Amino acid sequence: MGMTVETGHFALIAALVLAVLQSTIPLYGAARGREDLMQLSRHTAMGQLVCVAVAFAALMNAFARSDFSVAVVAKNSHSAKPFLYKLAATWGHHEGSLLLWILILVVFGAFVAVAGRGMPLALRARVLAVQAMVAVGFLLFTLLTSNPFGRIMPAPVDGNSLNPLLQDPGLVFHPPLLYFGYVGLSTAFSFAVAALIEGRVTPDWARWARPWVLIAWSGLTMGIALGSWWAYYELGWGGFWFWDPVENASFMPWLVATALLHCMAVVAKRDAFKGWTLLLAIMGFSLSLLGTFIVRSGLLTSVHAFASDPSRGVFILVLLGIAVGGAFLLFAVRAPALQGGNGFEPVSREGALLMNNLLLCAAAAAVLLGTLYPLFLEAMSGERVSIGPPFFNLVFVWLMLPMLGLMAFGSLLAWRKADGLAVVRRMGLAGAVAVAVAGWAAWTGGAGIAGILGFAAAAWLAVSTMRAWFERWRGASPLRRLVGLPAEVHGMTLAHLGIAIVVAGITAASVWQGEVVKLMRLGDSVELSGYRWTLTDVHSALGPNYRTEMARIEVTNADGVPVVTLNPERRFYPVSRQNTTEAGIHTQWTGDLYAVIGEGSREAGWAVRLYHNPLVPWMWTGAAIMAFGGLVSAASRVRVRRQRKAAAAVGAAA
Amino acid sequence: MRYFLYTLPLLLFAGLAFYLWQGLGKDPGILPSALIDKPAPVFNLPPLQGREPALPLATGDLATGKPVIVNIFASWCIPCQAEHPFVTALAKEHGVTVHAINYKDKPAAAAAWLQKLGDPYGRVGADSEGRAGIEFGIYGVPETFLIDGAGRVRLRHAGPLTAELLRTEILPAIKALR
Repeated sequence: MGMTVETGHFALIAALVLAVLQSTIPLYGAARGREDLMQLSRHTAMGQLVCVAVAFAALMNAFARSDFSVAVVAKNSHSAKPFLYKLAATWGHHEGSLLLWILILVVFGAFVAVAGRGMPLALRARVLAVQAMVAVGFLLFTLLTSNPFGRIMPAPVDGNSLNPLLQDPGLVFHPPLLYFGYVGLSTAFSFAVAALIEGRVTPDWARWARPWVLIAWSGLTMGIALGSWWAYYELGWGGFWFWDPVENASFMPWLVATALLHCMAVVAKRDAFKGWTLLLAIMGFSLSLLGTFIVRSGLLTSVHAFASDPSRGVFILVLLGIAVGGAFLLFAVRAPALQGGNGFEPVSREGALLMNNLLLCAAAAAVLLGTLYPLFLEAMSGERVSIGPPFFNLVFVWLMLPMLGLMAFGSLLAWRKADGLAVVRRMGLAGAVAVAVAGWAAWTGGAGIAGILGFAAAAWLAVSTMRAWFERWRGASPLRRLVGLPAEVHGMTLAHLGIAIVVAGITAASVWQGEVVKLMRLGDSVELSGYRWTLTDVHSALGPNYRTEMARIEVTNADGVPVVTLNPERRFYPVSRQNTTEAGIHTQWTGDLYAVIGEGSREAGWAVRLYHNPLVPWMWTGAAIMAFGGLVSAASRVRVRRQRKAAAAVGAAA
Repeated sequence: MRYFLYTLPLLLFAGLAFYLWQGLGKDPGILPSALIDKPAPVFNLPPLQGREPALPLATGDLATGKPVIVNIFASWCIPCQAEHPFVTALAKEHGVTVHAINYKDKPAAAAAWLQKLGDPYGRVGADSEGRAGIEFGIYGVPETFLIDGAGRVRLRHAGPLTAELLRTEILPAIKALR
């Protein structure tokens, strides 16, 4: 029979059956204390993974072989497309991306089943049951409204190409990583709902749940950074963040997930913040679903809305209503009865984390409001408005600045009750560096108040984070103490340093970007940001599935020493009849030299846009460091678990 | 009180879901505009600085006896860039007169944008304050209006044009008017 799409379709139906079993029987088993029924979920979770993997492989195979009798292949691929993009086209459209969503969902489910062997059996059974309920919803959605395995008769000779804007290595990995983050939060959701069903939240619960949140958070961080990087070099406007509804949809869960993983630390260490943690876990996944809803329903249009369809929107909204409404209902009924946690003083690590949580949630609420407000207003008054970057930038900057300021304190404060004065004294160096950096920014000029504070906050955070880290291991036998530190400490240090680097990058790129738009003939030169840019050549060439006009721009520094030659392109894709710009970018530690070539001719000259984007690479580097920090923290939990297991084994043997 | 606080998320979510439901009924693509079958709103815009030819755009330029398209765009708007080939196709291949309102933009940026992506427009009015946008009741850019020979609004599309939309909605509507 081979790997036909019919095999895939059948495997997907089998996965649905398994998910239905997993979401009911083990739950009943957990309520009755029947171990055999609870153990079932381990097998069904693995079974679901196998089935969905087969379905996904079948679809990918259809794309690899350019089988245009399959409707989605005909619609979203083309025989002239490079092989990598044929494969990537598997998830470059609605049906396929949904299948990817489900694949990642069942991967997480299978991992919980395997990695959670040490978990209390009833908790694991309930977590997996909730996970399976989510899978049931999405499998039904796929099979009923968005089946990727439909055939068309007769098969067309060739396909309709993928949007060339999306034909790009950055976009090959952006959706999988973003989905990895979105879907990873489903695990946090499952843990929260399972805890509500059980009616208790313990430090152990948080220790089991937190690695999943950290992994999801790292995925989200990388996904968002890649998306922003793509927009930066592919759209050719020198910008990196547009407050587009789709960007916002990925950013809101990130903000909430950030708050959540800090809250979970409090539950694990201090047995407090329980209700709040559950609420954040539910909200994080709800916002992921809302993100899916926004992208897939055509509710809000944007550059990403390459698959919008209102009938699917109704289904997602119903799904959202059941999952989120159900979870909040359970929360309203069960959460008030949760055992209250340990108390703490306002000046303590808990206090600082609570403040940060509130600021993060306020930021998420502001983004949500800005994204959905046009909709609200229309529903109420029929008026239509659009909310642009000015709103988001204003609100966001002034919420984030105090948060960065507080973050620096957080890692130096003790749990429960801290000596505030002593901490202020320990912040001396960070304060001095921050003031010096602020002075330097003010002296350089052009930064504005928000810019100066942004640089100061980045320095303040970086220095205090390093200080907190040194304090953990300096003293007698520093090396041994350093090795003995839990990986979590390193993870947190990395993540906070990453934030400081990102903030410095964003601030510099926002306030000190240099831009020139000019009509240039061959041989013309322009001065920008201390560099001299000369257009020396423009010629035409053929790519695998496009025509291109490639320019040659030679950049020298003020002394006339050559720095780099940039080759910006303008591509034309005949099949989809679209133009794209490929910016010529040269990355240095201090910033990017960025050139875009527009329409033009040898006689009239070409419209050339040149940018100097200071510290832009810091953003991607910082985001990568943050994501790596998250993974280090997640790995720490695994190590602790292994050590405990080993200790238990030794104890049992003795 | 304690119980009320714990119920609050549910209530807020219910409100949100209700509004999403309301929004869903309205496909943002084909907006029922209050202006449909009414005369185009009164506006008078100066020409876009830096563009040749520098032709202003006012209400009077729309009632010409032939259908015209008014496309509202801005250089800072990414979807506008995505729809631009289709706007161009309307003008260059289907021979439709397309005027533009350049919405809340810097003239230099808009002129450079047109130079880079091609300029299919007849007239381009600079709506730097967004007044004409308010008159048209737009909620974002891009938006496209079809005006008949008598200067009445016949069709409105919010969001980027696509090849499919051109084929199924815009071109048939223009054909009917011709």
